[in-house]
Amino acid sequence: MEFGPVWRAMMRNKGGYFLIAVQIAVTMAVMVNAFAIMQERSFKMGRPSGLDEANTFALVSVGFKPEMDSKALISEDLDLLRNTPGVINAVATNSYPLRQGGWSEGLHREPGVGKSVSSSAIYFVDEHGLETFGLNLIDGRNFSPEQVSWDKDSPDPWPATVIITQALGEDLYPDHEGSYVGKTFWFDDDNPANIVGVVERLQAPWPSWTGVERSMLVPLRRESNDVRYVVRTEPGYRDQLMLQVEESLANSSKDRIIRQVATVDEARKLAYLGDAAMIKILTFVISLLTAITGLGIVGLASFSVARRTRQIGIRRALGATRPAIVRYFMLENFLVSSIGIVSGAVLAVGLNMFMVQAFSLTPLAWYVVPVAMIILWIVGQVAVAGPARKASGISPAIATRSI
Amino acid sequence: MFRYYLKLGMLSIRANPVLSTLMIAAIAVGIGACMTIVTVRHVMSGNPMEHKNDQLYHVQVDNWNPDDPYEDPDKPPEQLTYMDAKALHDAGRAFRQTTSFKTARVVQPEGDDARPFQQESRATTADFFPMFDVPFQYGSGWDRSSDVTEERVVVLARELNEKLFGGEDSVGRTLTLNDESYRVTGVIDTWTPVPKVYDLNNNPYEEPEQLYLPFSVAVAGGFDNTGNTSCWKPIEEGSGRDGFLASECIWIQMWVELQNATAKQDYLNFLDAYVEEQKLIGRFPRPMNNRLHNPAEWMEDREVVEEDVDVLLGLAVLFLVVCLLNTIGLLLAKAMRRAKDTSLRRALGASKAELFKQHVFEAGMIGVVGGVLGIGTTWAGLRGIENLYIEYEFVQHLVRMDWSMVLLAIVLAIVSALAAALYPTWRTCNITPASHLRLQ
Repeated sequence: MEFGPVWRAMMRNKGGYFLIAVQIAVTMAVMVNAFAIMQERSFKMGRPSGLDEANTFALVSVGFKPEMDSKALISEDLDLLRNTPGVINAVATNSYPLRQGGWSEGLHREPGVGKSVSSSAIYFVDEHGLETFGLNLIDGRNFSPEQVSWDKDSPDPWPATVIITQALGEDLYPDHEGSYVGKTFWFDDDNPANIVGVVERLQAPWPSWTGVERSMLVPLRRESNDVRYVVRTEPGYRDQLMLQVEESLANSSKDRIIRQVATVDEARKLAYLGDAAMIKILTFVISLLTAITGLGIVGLASFSVARRTRQIGIRRALGATRPAIVRYFMLENFLVSSIGIVSGAVLAVGLNMFMVQAFSLTPLAWYVVPVAMIILWIVGQVAVAGPARKASGISPAIATRSI
Repeated sequence: MFRYYLKLGMLSIRANPVLSTLMIAAIAVGIGACMTIVTVRHVMSGNPMEHKNDQLYHVQVDNWNPDDPYEDPDKPPEQLTYMDAKALHDAGRAFRQTTSFKTARVVQPEGDDARPFQQESRATTADFFPMFDVPFQYGSGWDRSSDVTEERVVVLARELNEKLFGGEDSVGRTLTLNDESYRVTGVIDTWTPVPKVYDLNNNPYEEPEQLYLPFSVAVAGGFDNTGNTSCWKPIEEGSGRDGFLASECIWIQMWVELQNATAKQDYLNFLDAYVEEQKLIGRFPRPMNNRLHNPAEWMEDREVVEEDVDVLLGLAVLFLVVCLLNTIGLLLAKAMRRAKDTSLRRALGASKAELFKQHVFEAGMIGVVGGVLGIGTTWAGLRGIENLYIEYEFVQHLVRMDWSMVLLAIVLAIVSALAAALYPTWRTCNITPASHLRLQ
């Protein structure tokens, strides 16, 4: 329809329209990039840890008498835990996924201490580790009880067998095809490790680490006054058993305290606290921004209607229908929005390229910009609808009145 | 004149209540979003040791792997080995020096029903307290002689003292930690450096430890380091704890206090000489790379401000820009609506300058109101952030607004409103006298 007149009328009062277009463009740039960040965070939060998360909890026993037989205490504790009805299995370990604290090692394909080729999170467990963590063994086999040794705080020497994650295998042997079982790597110059099994997935304890999927199980029980137990229960028994186990361990020895009793769900919540908060903040920002831009459009459109009361009256008197008046304002908004949205798309992509560089954000998915464009077009049309309807209600008789 | 402008402004604001409210709201919301993030960033990047920034230095020497730098580009490790920490501390070449690490102890309160509990602790040396200006409620830190004699002394934080001794002056009292007796020498008053400048390696935004005991006692007792330990060279097999202490593993933070630039240069020379000497016995395979960072430089180097905060700051500024564009549009609409008045005033003799002053004054009024409301929205924004991070207790220290932030909010609001008013005012001033009267 009447592109020409609408455009020429707009050109007579560029300032106001230009402002709205810029406002829409900046809104679009913020919206698109905020959405890209939200998408990235929610992907990060959605990754499974590999554990049977819903049915697992952990706790720490801290012995505080200088001379303690921690080896005996750990064995007793594990017996107690494993024989508790409702417990599927339990293990003494140094850490677990999502805990945000743990042990990592640089790895070498040849004996030596030079530049490492890969790195991995280390979980010290015994032969019950696989079942307690609820891991999916896709190749090889579990540790046999004979492969599990006792040592002091740090392994000296390192056990000769390990179970690795698929992702660690891919990183260690990028050119290797087929099974990783039977291959050997080195912790340093005289500590080789032979791969006996591969699990599908087991995250490192640090969710923000780039190598989060790289970890390994090392068959070692550590003789220490500080020991962490991970317990996996039958579905639905976790909360009840968590209280019960804390109580029975606390009562079994007066020379220690039980602390950091937490479910894996709680650990997950803490680990992703910042990401969850970021998603909420950005959702709020996008909504508020869209609302402000919408209100701005309403305000300017109302003003423009008020200013043109006489012209509208004249047009109506000369035979323009009500829908024609509504169409005029809708078209006007469509033109302004389009200018804003198209420049906004350019701005959004530019801002995204900057953020990819400066904050190592992943580049935009192809559909984000088109979706944002459609949303902003709709917002514009909805915002202008009210004032446009009001304009169409102006009586033709206005034209005959002098003010 | 001032009162006349005030009156005109009030009239104009009242004449267009919806437009005026929208403008004020847009400014308040924009300022709120911006100031919330600016406040958090301001707190996070604060320097609690600013008054001693040119005297305190964090010590680094590069004992790392010859084939692989600790951190690109060629940075030395952020902590020291026990061997180096001990040697540099005992040399005593600085005015003050302190070595420390994070550990944990089990506190066994007196009384039969009192349950033992674990307490985050810091093993450090006597100079720690005067170096970081730690305020004391009772007593003081321990003497340097206690470090040498490995005397079991302890300093408590106020909160822990309240828990254990009901907040009384506990100096001289005995405290049992892991079955060993310690003598209390002092109680620290409320003290929360943000960030925790003396140890940025772990979480820089957490409460300081509640318990301090001598470094020498902790090393002799084999207390665990609960902070980060990194090693590049395997520890000699079967060597146990002594092997660890003699290893190239890094786990200790060291700070020195140097009173002037000469002292700093002297200390750097001393570090060079020390590393040269160690190279002779086969240690320090990398090129000489000793560093002394003051607190501000060290916080910069450790990148203590989270990247998310910078991303949010950028978005918040764009948010404010949108709010301002909105305000400009609305002011323009308002100015055009009043074109007739303006034209009449011009016809009656008001100069362009008069009109300019009048409109800028009016915009300023909107700015002040928007700014005052902006303080409210900032406060609400900070409460929102606090709520999102409620599980992370330390967040309460990061969402505090100080006077400088309140002032900045108002200034930012007024400047924003004036900037927004420029173009509409310019348009208004260019209305020719009587041009809009013709229609009638």
